Amino acid sequence: MAREAVIVGVGDVPLKEGRVVGGGSVLQVQARAAKAALDDARIPMRDVDGLLVAGLWGVPGPGQLPSVTLGEYLGIHPRFADTTNIGGSAFEAHVAHAAMAIEKGYCDVALIVYGSTQKSERSRALGGRPSVLTMQFENVWGIPQPVGGYALAARRHMHEFGTTEEQLAEIAVATRKWASLNPAATMRDPITIDDVMNSTKVSDPLKLLDCCLVTDGAGAIVMTTADNARAHGAKMTHIRGYGEAHTHWSIGAMPDLARLTAAEMSSQRAFQMAGVSHDAIDLVECYDSFTITVLMTLEALGFCKRGEGGQFVMNQRTAPGGAFPLNTNGGGLSYCHPGMYGIFLLVEAVRQLRGEAGDRQVKKVDTALVHGTGGTLSSGATVILANS
Amino acid sequence: MSETQAYEKPQPVIDPGTKPFWDAAREHRLSIPRCRACGKHHFYPRELCPHCHSDDLEWTDASGKGEIYSYTIARKPAGPVFAADVPYVIAMIALDEGPRMLTNIVTKDVERAAIGDRVTVKFDDVTPELTLPKFTLDKD
Repeated sequence: MAREAVIVGVGDVPLKEGRVVGGGSVLQVQARAAKAALDDARIPMRDVDGLLVAGLWGVPGPGQLPSVTLGEYLGIHPRFADTTNIGGSAFEAHVAHAAMAIEKGYCDVALIVYGSTQKSERSRALGGRPSVLTMQFENVWGIPQPVGGYALAARRHMHEFGTTEEQLAEIAVATRKWASLNPAATMRDPITIDDVMNSTKVSDPLKLLDCCLVTDGAGAIVMTTADNARAHGAKMTHIRGYGEAHTHWSIGAMPDLARLTAAEMSSQRAFQMAGVSHDAIDLVECYDSFTITVLMTLEALGFCKRGEGGQFVMNQRTAPGGAFPLNTNGGGLSYCHPGMYGIFLLVEAVRQLRGEAGDRQVKKVDTALVHGTGGTLSSGATVILANS
Repeated sequence: MSETQAYEKPQPVIDPGTKPFWDAAREHRLSIPRCRACGKHHFYPRELCPHCHSDDLEWTDASGKGEIYSYTIARKPAGPVFAADVPYVIAMIALDEGPRMLTNIVTKDVERAAIGDRVTVKFDDVTPELTLPKFTLDKD
């Protein structure tokens, strides 16, 4: 019988006010998340023979070869490594790559890890990227990175489709409601549309509450074969389909500022592989670096038509109790956003599928769609997960 | 820009692939590559045409005219060196030749910029070695 790759473990580290509890280096927090995910899977670290890592830590220096460095730190000798970095969506791509490696017999137990201590270290400085190569045509203009690129997309979307700032605010408000149900979330106090509209202007039309948090965080995923999962008595989450794509790095090279082409490409492939329709999806976890990211993603994934994302999210449709549960841990907007957020989408989707999400548990989740976006609306990676 | 005051904002690290663009800007020309195979212009400059992947490219002087495809008003600066400029306009211009480029709109009233506005290049000699092609609103 063919080998089937499944997710058997998820883990993260506790945060308080956006900082890792107890502190720690970026290697320590990744080791803690890895241990939590392996404990969840009931698989020992020594069995890990595939390591998938993406991050912005330790550069220049040991982070230039992140899987090599992390493998050493964890005391393992992987025979499969993948350091694909397409931005915050990298981890959804890692699930796909690990699935292919496991199903081909190239490795048996794959560990996907991410960590960041950017808040504790006050190290987030994307505006300080050197003006080399493609960047020489971007940062000489003083574009705030990455919010400026998303603001350009939001403005264009408003122009083409009549999307409003209030519609974007709906997303921030709904996501905060989910966060209020998640004890691990950084920002849990309820907010209103007016709060979002009156929050500090950052890069028009985006305001402070349209933007994700800047926090620490670490997460990990463990994958193995279904046979191995049964042997260890681990809980299995099945991977029904996946896809990935990227279209540009420079915002000036984005094919269409009002259209998330990468997500269209990746999700179409994932749906095709899974052989399911949109009606089969009970839950969506999608990257929310900014409110506009969510709106454009919902259109690109095909849950509404192009240009109708604003209408789609109105009346708190994506909030707890709404018709379309979305970003149920409180998302990057209100739970945490440690630079590259995509791993937490996967962690939350698996917990929801298993029925382990506590007060925020969505009823009857059998199939979930996870979609990561990376760069400046640059890359997309979609994974469709299911209980059977 | 006073020449006695040091220019502290990011400056392009010019490389062989981009030097013709920056050299032209210093001469107040907006020069962009055009593909002899498919006839299309592109920006930023590449070694292969991003449309048809031909390597048969030539540098051509663009008209310096276009329209605003999108824009944002930065209310928070991209780092301390831009703090004194807030609020300022960053716009993506659709050049009449086709390609889009990021730039600044130079205007007294940042609220006036709108998508579809016609714009014209205005060269800003920020240092003796560096000229930035910014744009002005034709309606200003």
